[in-house]
Amino acid sequence: MADTNFDIIIIGSGPGGYVTAIRAAQLGFSTAIVEREYLGGVCLNWGCIPTKALLRSAEIFHYLQHAKDYGLSAGEVSYDPSAVVKRSRAVAKRLNDGVGFLMKKNKVAVIWGEATIEAPGKVTVKAGRSEAPKGALGAGSYAAKHIIIATGARPRVLLGLEPDKKLIWTYFEAMVPDRVPKSLLVIGSGAIGIEFASFYRTLGAEVTVVEVLPQILPAEDSEIAAFARKSFEKQGIKIYTGAKVTKLDKKSDSVTATIDDGKGGTQTLTVDRVIAAVGVVGNTENLGLEKLGVKIERAAIVIDGACKTNVPGIYAIGDVAGPPLLAHKAEHEGVICVEAIKGLHPHPMDKRLIPGCTYCSPQIASVGLTEQAAKDKKLDVRVGHFPFVGNGKAIALGEDQGLVKVIFDKKTGQLLGAHMVGAEVTELIQGYVIAMNLETTEEELMHTVFPHPTLSEMMKEAVLDAYGRVLNM
Amino acid sequence: MPINILMPALSPTMEKGNLAKWLKKEGEAVKTGDVIAEIETDKATMEYEAVDDGVMAKIVVPEGTNDVPVNQLIAVLAQEGEDPKVAAAAAGKGVPAPKPPTAASAATPSPQPSQPAAPSPQAKAPAPASSPKAAGEGARADGHGTNRAFSSPLARRLAKEAGIEIGRIAGSGPHGRVVARDVAAAKEGNGLRAPGAAAAAGPAVAPSMSDQQIRALYEEGSYELIPHDGMRRIIAQRLTASVQTIPHFYLTVDCDIGKLVAAREEINATAPKDKDSRPAYKLSVNDFVIKALALALQRVPDANVSWTEAGMLKHKHSDVGVAVALPGGLITPIIRNAETKSLSAISNEMKELTARAREKKLKPQEYQGGGSSVSNLGMYGIKDFTAVINPPQSTILAVGSGAERAVARNGKIEAAQIMSVTMSCDHRSVDGALGAQLIGAFKALIENPVMMLV
Repeated sequence: MADTNFDIIIIGSGPGGYVTAIRAAQLGFSTAIVEREYLGGVCLNWGCIPTKALLRSAEIFHYLQHAKDYGLSAGEVSYDPSAVVKRSRAVAKRLNDGVGFLMKKNKVAVIWGEATIEAPGKVTVKAGRSEAPKGALGAGSYAAKHIIIATGARPRVLLGLEPDKKLIWTYFEAMVPDRVPKSLLVIGSGAIGIEFASFYRTLGAEVTVVEVLPQILPAEDSEIAAFARKSFEKQGIKIYTGAKVTKLDKKSDSVTATIDDGKGGTQTLTVDRVIAAVGVVGNTENLGLEKLGVKIERAAIVIDGACKTNVPGIYAIGDVAGPPLLAHKAEHEGVICVEAIKGLHPHPMDKRLIPGCTYCSPQIASVGLTEQAAKDKKLDVRVGHFPFVGNGKAIALGEDQGLVKVIFDKKTGQLLGAHMVGAEVTELIQGYVIAMNLETTEEELMHTVFPHPTLSEMMKEAVLDAYGRVLNM
Repeated sequence: MPINILMPALSPTMEKGNLAKWLKKEGEAVKTGDVIAEIETDKATMEYEAVDDGVMAKIVVPEGTNDVPVNQLIAVLAQEGEDPKVAAAAAGKGVPAPKPPTAASAATPSPQPSQPAAPSPQAKAPAPASSPKAAGEGARADGHGTNRAFSSPLARRLAKEAGIEIGRIAGSGPHGRVVARDVAAAKEGNGLRAPGAAAAAGPAVAPSMSDQQIRALYEEGSYELIPHDGMRRIIAQRLTASVQTIPHFYLTVDCDIGKLVAAREEINATAPKDKDSRPAYKLSVNDFVIKALALALQRVPDANVSWTEAGMLKHKHSDVGVAVALPGGLITPIIRNAETKSLSAISNEMKELTARAREKKLKPQEYQGGGSSVSNLGMYGIKDFTAVINPPQSTILAVGSGAERAVARNGKIEAAQIMSVTMSCDHRSVDGALGAQLIGAFKALIENPVMMLV
């Protein structure tokens, strides 16, 4: 008879949940993780990772189409959508297996099924949506002193824009198309919407993006978003901002959308497929939280700096515990949560220091305050810019379109935010993130020697520019 | 575990004490409440009672040792069932090693050795850094002193701006690193160590009471907490440093300012007027004081100095600071080369500096440095007082009110306009006789203002 008594049970095995389980095991807790569908959650199986695989295919396709620019010839270039999807699924599978391995290695028990918290300390698990992997525990009653909810989020559904999974997709369907639609309407221009818009446009679809807010990528600095918009429009993506899709009329193999342009005009647009990417909401239901009196606000469980809910013994981390809805935020919260349980007194997470990355082409990466947010806080700022056209490596790569922007507090020299658009910026942003975490000022950044020739040199140049000392512009 | 017996703090202000006598010998049994030692402070001799049972395993500091810092290990007690020898060998575990002396103690040119007079195991400890360099730079705020305080660059900048020494801030970052949030907390008085407890400071400075201890003395709600601004903190820091590091002494003289008052009236009455009939100048008594002090410093150039470890900075010009009261603080803008300036020039410059000081628009070079200062509380009716030297200056002149007083002259009592002034001198740079010469020169000038023309 397997043990049903644990120190910690984590509900949900997404990037937040499984990292929490590993850290808990490292700290010596007997740990179990409950999963109903796939180890690794949405991130590994239907989110971050498989989309990066798709975008990589699109990127290489794009390079092959432009082989001539590099003095190469690639002949007739084409793609096979099913092979592209197959590769993406294989990548997801590999990581999914990897999580299984990590659970085993760290002696974390995997319980397969849907969990309900009957009472603090008590979890009931019913049969899951998919077949249990080998070695997993099944339905039954389990006990743990600490229960951590890491159930993540799912696509938001708006009235009138309900996905039917055939003509109107969520990211699930968008990730496994049987063919590339000729025309596509993407509703919502956050990270998910823009990444799919970029992917399908590169593969040749006519793409239209409709965003209800005045700018695309609403979370990003407006200057960066405007730069990205210009770039997308140059690629042939049609973008409507401050506009709203009010109606979707489904035909047999097409959808006619009614778009309110926000200025009193309406127009209709007929497309093969629609992707509804209007945000995600926390999976707070069917866990028994209402009965326990766990406080939930705006579809997110309310937690304190140590991820405690208002009910002792029940914790929440990641998407289900509120924004920003990012895998790396979930992972870090999970670590804080179990370290606090262990009595290690970790510091609460500083959400201003969580970077965000969007893997469209050009890529977008940012951390900290936007220029507008800094000004809204009545901070006196110094802003520095550096464009990719001034960087030798960018020109050599054939990627001379992009921008690095930094925002400093004029009074203290604190780096308040950094925003980038262009090739590989998602790999660059960590430099600024480390700088901000170490609380460097402009002085240390200016004293840092950046390697030449790299794209990272632009990060230093932008800092220099903020202080009127830019060199290569 | 053997019990470490530490030098007790027998009063809140006690920083060190003399170990007058041991009443228990090594190997002797000790019961709770037994008097084990007599400790002598500057105020009294007190009995030190044991708070644990056991056997005196080792006496670390022998009797007759003077100036033993509070919390230093003085003896080890073996608990029941423990081998006193083993306990003695474990002596000192978990007790901080004696820290090097502070800048303050090292800077004191005391001929007496600062080490305990009697031999003690502590004498074997590495000699504390007491070179002139360490004394001069002992408490560097940037954390590069001998006791380096780890801190983030932003935290250092914020602390500097707030006027808080980084070494006083308790760090909450990795390995106790001081980060920005700690500076913010310190500004609220949280996690701020008393100056004496700063990392760079040693046991020679008494740890003052913590904020928490002070607040605990007052009923919650019976006070309002007004956060300090940067100026308040700098005043507190600089003037505390001044009285702690500068050996002050004071010289007072009465000046007959009858001639000065008359001259001032005459000069002001005949001031040329512009087209709006505003006078070109209106001299105050203080303007005369500034000028007289500037000239006195030229006549007694050995007193126009600043102490540095490397040598005496002998100033060529008389740069005289003048304390200006501001809401919530004060600042001392400096009249440079005051000996070369006319009274009207000094007067007008002072008015301009005061106006900008009140708007907090002075540049650092306008209030830093200087050779001496004037602090005048005469307008408040203060008869005489002493002022705290504004380092790196060597003197400051505290000026009282000018009033008619009865004086004896040639056997007769007469009424005279008398103004008392007190000069504070830094004994490191200005000795008594030299200070007397300076204040004498000042008196001669202020009593005969016509001499300022020479």
